[in-house]
Amino acid sequence: MAPEATTQQVEEIEPFEAAQEIEGGDVVLIDTREPHEFQEARIEGGKLVPPGLLGEEISAAAPDKSARTILYCRSGNRSYKAAEQMEALGYTDVASMAGGILAWQEQGLPVVATEGMTPEQRDRYSRHTLLPEVGVEGQLKMLNAKVLLLGAGGLGAPTALYLAAAGIGTIGLVDDDVVDASNLQRQVIHNTERIGTPKTESARLTIEALNPDVEVIEHRTRLNAENILEIIEPYDVIVDGADNFPTRYLLNDASVRLRKPVVSASILSFDGQISTFVPYEGPCYRCLYPTPPPAELAPSCSANGVLGVMAGTMGTVQANEVLKLVIGTGEPLIGRLLLYEALGTRFTELKVRRDPECPICGEKAAEIPEAEMGQFPDYELFCAG
Amino acid sequence: MATVRIPKVLQAHTGGQAEVEAGGSNVGEVLRALTEAHPDTGAQLFGEEGDLNRYVNVYLNDEDVRVLDGLDTAVAEGDTVVILPAMAGG
Repeated sequence: MAPEATTQQVEEIEPFEAAQEIEGGDVVLIDTREPHEFQEARIEGGKLVPPGLLGEEISAAAPDKSARTILYCRSGNRSYKAAEQMEALGYTDVASMAGGILAWQEQGLPVVATEGMTPEQRDRYSRHTLLPEVGVEGQLKMLNAKVLLLGAGGLGAPTALYLAAAGIGTIGLVDDDVVDASNLQRQVIHNTERIGTPKTESARLTIEALNPDVEVIEHRTRLNAENILEIIEPYDVIVDGADNFPTRYLLNDASVRLRKPVVSASILSFDGQISTFVPYEGPCYRCLYPTPPPAELAPSCSANGVLGVMAGTMGTVQANEVLKLVIGTGEPLIGRLLLYEALGTRFTELKVRRDPECPICGEKAAEIPEAEMGQFPDYELFCAG
Repeated sequence: MATVRIPKVLQAHTGGQAEVEAGGSNVGEVLRALTEAHPDTGAQLFGEEGDLNRYVNVYLNDEDVRVLDGLDTAVAEGDTVVILPAMAGG
């Protein structure tokens, strides 16, 4: 077309000039940023054409090559280059807005922001929303999510901290214990001043100081067959960090019944295990462990010790699983059991299959009559652990 | 020879070893070789009838032997047999 055009300087205009032109109408406004940036905040009327797609998409966004066209990006660099490209393509009246949307906003000019997040939230979660896999949409899902943690202990403490930091809107905590000095080597959500304080209260205070967006619901109780359905029903995802087998089996049976996904980890000494159980999509806890072990093979952390940081490793992997389930991205550990052995720093992945004979999620489970729903065996007797 | 990964709760019976080399053409033979070398592991793994205890999960490499041929699952040189205990610590 006009080869000399590429050697000419691109016209640059100040934000206030661009604003006047836009207000006057008859301007094609092109946003030359990436989709996640566009989603966060944009100038009204701007059409998104990411730099990498300019060759393919510009003719649809700006069909008239002689029309007045203003380009903007974040700080003015990408739009300048895009303007050069457009001139090479034969556009005759292109301008790049100097300083980009940052300068635009500095001058108090209005932007269209994604609904649902306050300016403080856009700032607080910017490192999330910058990730295309999360974006504003994913962050809003987190802010609207309700996650229940079983246990505010070795696993629950790190999990709760990261879920709270991530902006999970509602975090429920089930624990009937109080903070003990021997907890503090790993339960990093509590602190020395809180010794003797109920764990749910201590965790709530830490979470509230970390992130005021999070509502903490304290369940200062132990789960049992009578209360479990009512407690877990309002939540989207359950995190199992329970310290005993009866609670783990009870939670499994109730969560399958209510079709609640469970992120389940356990720790002992230097070893951790984690899997994600999504009812009917993958196996359940009973498919993996049909029968609890006898007491001598099921020592507790209090009897055997546990490396504190290993609890942190497994707790943060749990938090990672929860976030993926909430935003619906990535590959959760469905049908996979991840083992972590801290002494050797070794991760091992095992396959977990749905058991067609599983009494809870197997083929015969559907035959359980309605009247028996909500009835649970006596797990305290059933589990030797 | 196969490598048998020993869980922490059984390492007291293997002299603290986390891995034991054991020979055998199938999973049952490998585990028997383990219990011959370390007799105290036997009662933990096998019931009185000689079957694997129901609460013991055994994997050949990354697959549960329950979905393979159980104790008859063939073991090749260099395979790993993982003994997996349920754990409830939190």
